[in-house]
Amino acid sequence: MSMLRFTPEHEWLRLEDSGELTVGITSFAQQALGDVVFVQLPDLGQYGEGHEVAVLESVKAASNISMPLAGEVVAVNQALSDDPELVNASPMQDGWFFRIQVNNVADLDALMDQAGYDRFLADNA
Amino acid sequence: MSTEQLQQTPLHGLHLELGARMVPFAGYAMPVQYPLGVLKEHLHTREQAGLFDVSHMGQIRLRGAQAAKALEALVPVDIIDLPVGMQRYALFTNAEGGILDDLMVANLGNDELFLVVNAGCKDQDLTHLRQHLEGQCEVESLFDSRALLALQGPAAAKVLARLAPEVGSMTFMQFAPVRLLGVDCYVSRSGYTGEDGYEISVPAEAAQMLARSLLAEPEVEAIGLGARDSLRLEAGLCLYGHDMDATTTPIEASLTWAISKARRADGVRAGGFPGAERIFAQQREGVASKRVGLLPSERVPVREGALIVDAREQVIGRVTSGGFGPSLGGPLAMGTVQSEYAALETEVFAQVRGKLVPMRVVRTPFVAQRYYRG
Repeated sequence: MSMLRFTPEHEWLRLEDSGELTVGITSFAQQALGDVVFVQLPDLGQYGEGHEVAVLESVKAASNISMPLAGEVVAVNQALSDDPELVNASPMQDGWFFRIQVNNVADLDALMDQAGYDRFLADNA
Repeated sequence: MSTEQLQQTPLHGLHLELGARMVPFAGYAMPVQYPLGVLKEHLHTREQAGLFDVSHMGQIRLRGAQAAKALEALVPVDIIDLPVGMQRYALFTNAEGGILDDLMVANLGNDELFLVVNAGCKDQDLTHLRQHLEGQCEVESLFDSRALLALQGPAAAKVLARLAPEVGSMTFMQFAPVRLLGVDCYVSRSGYTGEDGYEISVPAEAAQMLARSLLAEPEVEAIGLGARDSLRLEAGLCLYGHDMDATTTPIEASLTWAISKARRADGVRAGGFPGAERIFAQQREGVASKRVGLLPSERVPVREGALIVDAREQVIGRVTSGGFGPSLGGPLAMGTVQSEYAALETEVFAQVRGKLVPMRVVRTPFVAQRYYRG
């Protein structure tokens, strides 16, 4: 089973067999944002942790998506350009944003696992 | 700001029960959206009917033989000849011709006028009215005693006619006392969505019963402020404090149409409202900048505050309202631009996160208004 990690900003990261990490937002986050009507995806390249790389626009407002860990963006989900609603319909699968190659895989240890994220949600609800 | 310090409308409990997300707005806790979500709420209103709680807005009654004449001195609008049973859009102006608020004025007959003003301006409006109308007519605040519901959409007439058949024959901007479920209400055929529909002033204590009854009709969904904003933007309607304010004249706000013929420089009761000289001068000589509709040519929404630049990246204006139009299926905006860029089809650019988004100056509304004119 692939490893899944979460950030306090409600992003998820899935470790793929290739060693790359796929990044998206959680179901909780998409629900809070509401209907996504536009996604601005990052250019490929190196970014530091916390760097704002993508923007999600709902009918009402814009929200920033930041780099969960330092690394290189190696792929973006072009399907979101035509179908931004995938973020709402399939946040954990088809609605992914980008794939990154992290500089230091050990950085992942600082993130929450599923049980930790569930507790985080319960505490912050 | 926590929601505890906020005022609540008479429908507060109903909003919570319906699962609304409540946000602070003009000092009130208001529903920004229900579980349906902004996009579907918007589309539902255009397809069937939406019920909006707009009880945060200020309702005011003027009473007295001089009421119409007195109010005329504060607005560039013909109030004296406003027929009984009709409502008219008006603007309070200041001495510089700036817009203090926009409002609806209805003639109830019997020397009574009924006003609906914006929530964020209502205390200031009440003070303004009392200061200027003192001794000429009675100014009664209905802020706490009455709620205001809007029922909007192509099915609104069918739905409301089930409670009172006579509303079906009302036309756009007509206003009437109507008994709904045994309660004395004021109904106007108007709204803020571009659709056919009604605004219903109801005694606060009966508001929840009426709202529940309307929501029980199969065509009706509860609609929040989020969709109210995208609906009014598609309809090309201004939002006070955003598209115009005390520093904007009706000419600069492209609301010249709201100045009644009788009150214009060549009218039978020319002037006689605050700022008339400046407004007339602008009508004669033109303005440096004015409000226009803007259609971004990419998918990215252009929001309020974005700077508008020309092809040489010189700043020529600012977006005053902007977002995504669910019925339009794309982004849309209104903004103020220097007058030489205000002609239809002029290409300008918005700065969005460091990038230039091309936009065309377009006619509003973005989505055709569907008022019932009989």
